[in-house]
Amino acid sequence: MTFIGPIKFAIDLLAVLLLALGIKGLSKVRSAREANRLAAIAMLLAAFGVLMNSQGTIGISINSWVWIISGTLIGGLLGAITAKKVPMTAMPEIVALFNGCGGMSSLLVALGVALFPSSEGSDGVASELVRNFSIVVSLFVGAITFSGSIVAMAKLQGWLSTPSWTQSKARHFFNILCAALALIGGIYLSIDGQNGLFLIVVASSLLGIGVTLPIGGADMPVVISLLNSYSGVAAAAAGFVVGSQLLIVAGAMVGAAGLILTQVMCDGMNRSLVSVLFGGALGASSVASGGGGGEYTNITSCSPEECALTLEAAERVVIVPGYGLAVAQAQHTLREVTRVLESADIEVTYAIHPVAGRMPGHMNVLLAEADVPYEQLKEMDVINPEFPATDVVLVLGANDVVNPQAKNDQTSPLYGMPVLDVQEARTVFVVKRGMSAGYSGIKNDLFDLQNTSMVFGDAKKVLGDLLLELKELGVGSKG
Amino acid sequence: MSFFSEALWVLLLGSLLGLELIGKVPPTLHTPLMSGANAISGITMLAALTLIIKSGDNLPLLIIGSISLGFALFNVIGGFLVTDRMLAMFSRKKTRK
Repeated sequence: MTFIGPIKFAIDLLAVLLLALGIKGLSKVRSAREANRLAAIAMLLAAFGVLMNSQGTIGISINSWVWIISGTLIGGLLGAITAKKVPMTAMPEIVALFNGCGGMSSLLVALGVALFPSSEGSDGVASELVRNFSIVVSLFVGAITFSGSIVAMAKLQGWLSTPSWTQSKARHFFNILCAALALIGGIYLSIDGQNGLFLIVVASSLLGIGVTLPIGGADMPVVISLLNSYSGVAAAAAGFVVGSQLLIVAGAMVGAAGLILTQVMCDGMNRSLVSVLFGGALGASSVASGGGGGEYTNITSCSPEECALTLEAAERVVIVPGYGLAVAQAQHTLREVTRVLESADIEVTYAIHPVAGRMPGHMNVLLAEADVPYEQLKEMDVINPEFPATDVVLVLGANDVVNPQAKNDQTSPLYGMPVLDVQEARTVFVVKRGMSAGYSGIKNDLFDLQNTSMVFGDAKKVLGDLLLELKELGVGSKG
Repeated sequence: MSFFSEALWVLLLGSLLGLELIGKVPPTLHTPLMSGANAISGITMLAALTLIIKSGDNLPLLIIGSISLGFALFNVIGGFLVTDRMLAMFSRKKTRK
């Protein structure tokens, strides 16, 4: 019996070490996969430590085992099925969903402890006030994480649009009101441990919705990353509630690492965190200020056939993938097209904008799935000087990341965002379903340029047609 | 030293460690890293476990704990698997090259 304490301690230390190594390893391509497994093993160890320690000290009743096993099986199975079934294109949404569930878990723990104080951890939390305060933080952050993540997921899935009231000043009042109510509930609960509980949960949930709803899709990855950081904080708070230092360390690490990642993403988009959170959706602000608007005057459209003819004569082709490619699930068709081009000795590279798609790295994942060699993916800084020497640029479902306004038009809301200089190439083909504006809702000056032609249609269909045309032309078959 | 002051030290040092752990991340890994860190935040499953174990025979508490555990494991198992799926696509390329 007396050995159990030290063993539990050793297991906890080992788990923290592995988690830290895991997070570190995940930031390098070579070690990422092992690091992910390492972190998973650490979690397993940690759970084992808790079970072993409890069994050895206070004992775990049969009843408890039943509830533990059923919770584990249901949650674990659903998680495994979701992870296996979800298409790669829906990755950002699914991360948001998982994240929200983590927040919900922390919230429920705090709720349970608050509703039934007798169950409080015997590990000895200093005082009633501290315990109550931990519960408040856990409820608050957990609820924001949950409701915010669910809204983020729904918006990315297209289930929710951006309601107009959220673009007005009204939302600030709404959010301040929610925050104030949550604060009042928090003070109440801190003092007497019972009242104010549901006020906090409801007000914080509404706050999570109110903060996330106005944010435009282009900024959503940043929000998900931030919410990911919050779920770490929620876990740390839950650690205070049940008196687990392991939880506090792990939660704090995720919280801090998530913050850094959020900052890295913001840098990639040339946006500050403050403007993401309080600036509202890009599109709406542009309409209000009148900047970046205007009608298209010089649109040229062409058929896949003409596109194929131009491609046949090219020597250097650069592909610019965007969210449209992901939506159309066209990455495999794209790969077939580029294989044909390559077999005709046409040099093909892919220009990856840091925030192409709905999440940084989204395009890398998608193209990797289609077997595109890693070396052909070029980052923005590397590829930009190469555009003048490029014959054809094929823009597939990308919009804002190739908008020259970001460089030329100081009044544009996009001004200052780093973009791909595709207009420097000899010919640009833009594959797009229609003339609708991009994510930011801003007109794209690229489409008006002399050397730009639009190929209207779903990316997969257009690429399929293109493939047929190329084969008909005999591209690649001779040599 | 009380649990609380000890825990505050742990919080502080854990946060500092988290800030130092990731510096430069290649854009390719942003999504997997976010997803992996997200899975780790499901560590609240430990809190859920503790809640269930200490609830005795309090049925509502057992249910809350069990649901909480379910949510956490959904996050953990789903998170790690989905991260692995993403990373597998990168490593497959490497072994073939």
